[in-house]
Amino acid sequence: MYDKIFPPREIALPNGKVVSQKRSKAPLITLLIIIAAIFSYKFTNFNFTVLFTRIGEFFFIVGDMIPPDWSFMPKVWKPLFDTLKMSFLGSFIGAIIALPAAILASANIINNKFIVTTTKFILSLLRTLPTLVSALIATFIFGLGPTAGTIAIMLFTISYVGKLLYEAIENVDMGAFEAMEALGMTRIQAFRYAVFSQVLPSYLSQSLFCFEGNVRYAAILGYVGAGGVGLLINEGLGWRDYPSVGMIIFALVITVFIIERISEHFRKKLI
Amino acid sequence: MSTLEKQLKQAPRHTGYIFTITFIVIALFVWSVTSITFENVDQKGIQVAKGIISGLFNPDLSLFNFSKESVPYLLVETLAIAFLGTIIGAFLSVPFAFLSASNLVPKPVAWLTRLILIIIRTIPALVYGLMFIRVTGPGPFAGVLTVGLTSIGMLSKLFVDAIEELDVKVLESMTSIGCTTFEKIRYGILPQLFAIFLSVTIYRFDINLRDAATLGLVGAGGIGAPLIFAMRSYKWDQVGAILIGLVVLVLIIEFASNKIRGKLVKGS
Repeated sequence: MYDKIFPPREIALPNGKVVSQKRSKAPLITLLIIIAAIFSYKFTNFNFTVLFTRIGEFFFIVGDMIPPDWSFMPKVWKPLFDTLKMSFLGSFIGAIIALPAAILASANIINNKFIVTTTKFILSLLRTLPTLVSALIATFIFGLGPTAGTIAIMLFTISYVGKLLYEAIENVDMGAFEAMEALGMTRIQAFRYAVFSQVLPSYLSQSLFCFEGNVRYAAILGYVGAGGVGLLINEGLGWRDYPSVGMIIFALVITVFIIERISEHFRKKLI
Repeated sequence: MSTLEKQLKQAPRHTGYIFTITFIVIALFVWSVTSITFENVDQKGIQVAKGIISGLFNPDLSLFNFSKESVPYLLVETLAIAFLGTIIGAFLSVPFAFLSASNLVPKPVAWLTRLILIIIRTIPALVYGLMFIRVTGPGPFAGVLTVGLTSIGMLSKLFVDAIEELDVKVLESMTSIGCTTFEKIRYGILPQLFAIFLSVTIYRFDINLRDAATLGLVGAGGIGAPLIFAMRSYKWDQVGAILIGLVVLVLIIEFASNKIRGKLVKGS
């Protein structure tokens, strides 16, 4: 279609041969992106005057956060540990449930096409739901508190680890599996010794990585009442108590940094 | 003793190590379980769960028109926030990325820029959202700024990886055949970076869409605010309609993003 409107450029080579070069689609794509950007600009009431006159307010808030209010720290410990507990428990249970879910979604282990497609579909549905939204729903069902946050993190972990794990299982070398089945092992035994041992390192590493990300997510879940430091951040910003918010964020950055280091250490060992 | 048994005995044993790790994990597990209680789950919770499920199967179809409160309008707004935010973030990330590439700038500069990027990345998007609302007032504008700022953290990190893996042999050979600096940038550097930058940006757009949807919860525009209102007033059919719209949009964008990125990486 595009080639018909803008015919390919013909170049005559020195030996008389004529070759054609297709026109670049870059100008068209750039134009489309610019149109979409202008549309979004109008749609979101983007306003440069407001941005330039009021952006100082943002840095004013940031400036107020430094130095943090150290005396606020005793109040941060419990929510911070709640956040850690939520993300650990959610990731742990989620990663365990992800294993059977991933097996059910692997086309090379389960011969039933219906089960495979349904499980894959459920996993991608779970993945599309933002964690904060599932936490919001969970607070309505399980009441306010860390339980709702744990459930939301668990659902996200199942979908994330589950997807990566079934991709790993489907790409595994099936030779050993077939050989073990030929030797008379059951499918489960063959899976345990041939497939599982191949995907185990990447499974553990992905679960750790997911836990790392979950600590960040868990931090904000408190905003919808699902436990953790999110509630404190919201209160602090609401009361314009920026030094306390600075303290919470500082504690959060340090915690996330430590957990990242630990997780990275073990993930390097696994691979 | 057969050779097989000998070989088996030679395999390294990590029993102590594995035992310690398992013990620590179990201890952490027990410690975490203490925060979980199901005492708040009562008849009401089950009612709510039933309501949500029935809402998902009987969504409020009157929300699928084109008024200002309709699901399509809000979804387009969410999409617009994510799109504009991604573009702003992508443009701002490029200087940050070059400033933190250790093969281009002095070590201290690169190190400092990286530290700033880590801090930007660690602070949750919701916190920026709450801060920007103080700047611009509630509305999609705050959402755009938030999405733009949070994009910088991840985009710069991935851009830097691309810059540091740049194949410099091409540049050397271009110098040896007498190319000017401009030609070296245009034909030696840009083609190497552009596809990766674009692919990373599209991936981030995918993430930003989900972020934009949740930013509404703090009042920064998009579909989050109507969702929380509908839930607080127990209108499950509306909740169902919003959730279905959101999931469908995210699935479409994810599919499109995977397709385009696949094309960009494979080059055809």
